[in-house]
Amino acid sequence: MIREFGPDEIAYLVFAARWTILLTAASLVFGSIIGLALAILRIMPFRPANLLALAYVNLIQGTPLLGQLFVFFFGLSILGLDVGAWPAAVTAFSLYAGAFLAEIWRGSLQSVPKTQWEASASLALTYVQRLRYVIVPQALRISLPPTVGFVVQLVKNTSLAALIGFVELTRAGQIINAATYAPLKVYLTVAAIYFVICFSLSMASQRLERKLHVAR
Amino acid sequence: MDYRFRFGALAPYTDEILEGMLLTLQLSVLTILIGFTVGVVAAAMRTSSAKPLRWIASVYVETIRNTPLLVQLFIVFFGLPSLGLRLTAGEAALIGLSINLGAYTCEIVRAGIPSIPKSQLEAGYSLGLSRLQVFRHVVLFQALKAIYPSLSSQFVLLMLATSVVSAISANELFHVASFIDSRTFRSFEVYSVITLGYLVLTILFRVTFAAIYWFVFARRPAR
Repeated sequence: MIREFGPDEIAYLVFAARWTILLTAASLVFGSIIGLALAILRIMPFRPANLLALAYVNLIQGTPLLGQLFVFFFGLSILGLDVGAWPAAVTAFSLYAGAFLAEIWRGSLQSVPKTQWEASASLALTYVQRLRYVIVPQALRISLPPTVGFVVQLVKNTSLAALIGFVELTRAGQIINAATYAPLKVYLTVAAIYFVICFSLSMASQRLERKLHVAR
Repeated sequence: MDYRFRFGALAPYTDEILEGMLLTLQLSVLTILIGFTVGVVAAAMRTSSAKPLRWIASVYVETIRNTPLLVQLFIVFFGLPSLGLRLTAGEAALIGLSINLGAYTCEIVRAGIPSIPKSQLEAGYSLGLSRLQVFRHVVLFQALKAIYPSLSSQFVLLMLATSVVSAISANELFHVASFIDSRTFRSFEVYSVITLGYLVLTILFRVTFAAIYWFVFARRPAR
């Protein structure tokens, strides 16, 4: 029997969006740790570290996210780990987010004027202290709008997790579509839910950009 | 860990992989041509003085940029037939990708237009050039040069994103991967090799774009 696409189905989709948000949040947490480490590796005055981080970033940015997702989905099981779609998706999205956040944050760190480095060095601060008290606080405000902008990308890209069978918003749409056979209504609803999430983030990013830009 | 890697299982499928790379390349180039045109038109609409045109272009850009490509493809491929528009997977992929790229291109192109100082336009007019001549000789080249870096990296991202159209069974490199996977069951080997295949395409794209930049923009003296 074919089900109608009604309020229950819409509610199911809206609730499925929590997995999209959860996946984004988890990837963002791990991705930030990776991204911060990489950004610092990229700017520290030690050539091999720069090159290593650069190679990582280029590898991730030069291959499709879908491919990374499949490699981790099948690769983790080879390592003898539990083969759920959730750990594979979180791993792949975290490594992906790490590479992009690293580039955003490297740019922000490097946009802090060189004189700030010199001034803090002449105050006899160590390298870590210089980063911690002088450079990072200034870079943070520069990096905030593009970081929020990247979160929009991440939310959208978590839809790819549907293709390894992780039930988030898009996969929920496929499931509902299989039951109701109303693809246009189902996917337009799915798109609308993504739009609400992403558009509010985009707006926030633009507002931050205006606010922080004026303050400078 | 007692898994034995057998990348050799892929060797009989070398031709399929190369053909898949070619298909991805074709799809990307076609999408870039159509998507860029759509983007330029949308950018013209977004900066025009007619309010309805501006409004339509903004709705288009914001809708596309705030929803996932995968869902857009599902709407085009699975949704449109219920409105009586039946497309093959390949057509749906090309249309979906072009609409998607158009929205991103629009924003890049729009950002490039104000990068030209107004005084240069005034200088052009005061030399007796027509509007078209000013656009052709003063604006176009400089605007293209300004947006070229973001435009070319957007094109690389697009090429990588074409892998997503395998989800609607359009034929390209990632679709070849699932084909080989279903024949050999060496999933990890297949997907890691195919993923690196995209890296080759990325490098190819970047080298080509750098060469184009060098020939078109870098060799000419700054104007």
